Parts: sequence; C-alpha cells; structure tokens
Amino acid sequence: MHASEDFLVIIRHAPHNASWLREGLDAALVAAAFGQSVRLLFMGEGALALCKAQQAGAPGQKASLPTIDMLEMYDIDQLNVPVRTLDELNIGLESLVDGVSTLTDAQVNALFSQNRPILNF
Amino acid sequence: MDYGLLVMGAPYSDPAPHSALRFAEAVLARGHRLTGVFFYHDGVHNASSLMTPPQDELNLRKAWKALNERHGVPLDVCIAAALRRGIVSEAEAARHGHSAYNLEAPFELTGLGQLLTLQQRCDRLITFAS
Repeated sequence: MHASEDFLVIIRHAPHNASWLREGLDAALVAAAFGQSVRLLFMGEGALALCKAQQAGAPGQKASLPTIDMLEMYDIDQLNVPVRTLDELNIGLESLVDGVSTLTDAQVNALFSQNRPILNF
Repeated sequence: MDYGLLVMGAPYSDPAPHSALRFAEAVLARGHRLTGVFFYHDGVHNASSLMTPPQDELNLRKAWKALNERHGVPLDVCIAAALRRGIVSEAEAARHGHSAYNLEAPFELTGLGQLLTLQQRCDRLITFAS
C-alpha cells in the first residue's frame, strides 16, 4: 500500500485520561485487522502513552502499555511523535518504548496534507 | 458528496452531538448524502432511550431518531464503548443478566468495523468530539 494511503490514528490524550487512549488504540487495531496499513501519531500529552517506565493507572485502571507493546503483532510498526511534542514535554526519545520515530513540523504537516483517512482521539 | 459522521461527545455535557446534528441537517439541505452516523467514546450516550431532558430542551435522542426517520440515515453505536458505559440493547441486557435496557431501534449496536466501512463508503468522515 502506498504511504499516502496509511490510515492515520492520532492520539492526543494521556493514558488514563477517560478512555481516549484505549478506544483510540482499539480503532487502530480494528483497522489493522481489516487489512489497513495503520500509522499512529502521538501528539501532545498523547506521547505519554509511549513512556516505557509507566505503571498501571489508579486502582481499577488497566495499564495501557501492554496494548502499545502488542501493536507490532498487528503490523502497526509506524509509531510517530513530533519532535515539538518531545520538546514541549521535556522527554527524550530514550524514555519511550522501542520503535518510535520522530517527525519534524514539516513532516507532520505533510502527513496532514496528504489524502488519507484520519481519526483523532 | 457522501458524508459520514463520527460522534464522540455525550449529550448535554459536550456540544459535539448538537454540532453534529446541525451539520447533518446542513449537509442534507445542500443536497449532499449522509451515509451514516457512528457513535463512539462518550457519543454512545446519545442512544439512551432513558434520556429525559426538561420538556423545553431538545431531546437529542429524538432528534437523531427523527433524522433516521426522515432521511434513512443509519445510527450505529460501538458495542464495546456502549456496554462499558451502560448503554445496552434488549439482547445484550438479557445476555449480561441486566433487568433493563436503554438502546432501541433505530440505534444499532455494532462493531468498530462498521466505522471503517462507513469511512470507506463516504467521501468525507467528519469527527465531532470535545
């Protein structure tokens, strides 16, 4: 599938902020199960979902990191974070799970300007 | 043009469903087609038949139902997001041993795959969320 046809799922909420992350990842997994090539973009607080040192949430909240770890099994290997997001949150790429690649502002703009389905969570 | 709507905001908590309804009416008034509406995240609350706003306020569920009756627009509700939030059909209530249900036709419980199908069938999928 051509890169411009990637299904783009954008995560903008931190883990345990309502169920945005969980339900966003569910949508990404279903798209992948339907044979779509899925790219995940973690913007703003959404990037916190990728922090590898994170624990389970408050009592009763399931951890979300195991879902991030199993994305590769669904052939979702495009995990992107804007450089700007890392700067704003003051976190380094080394704090995130393996396989995350950074995007410049120009690359983020290019993702949005290409004709592709986008879901925002 | 064929439009699809993704509604992820709860009625009366979030302006998203109201905006989505107004957009739906505008799309149809301009002669475009509305392929379907998919309710996900907190948007599933739009389907609750127990919704009882004061009589001088718009009943959002009835407004969606009217949209379906006038224009045949399917109203699909994500089953996982709905069950998690206590929005259940008669069949699901029986399956889970609940004594009541609050989701009825024309709303339909369905899987997330239906959202992808909607996205593929329309030219534009517009998201309404907070």
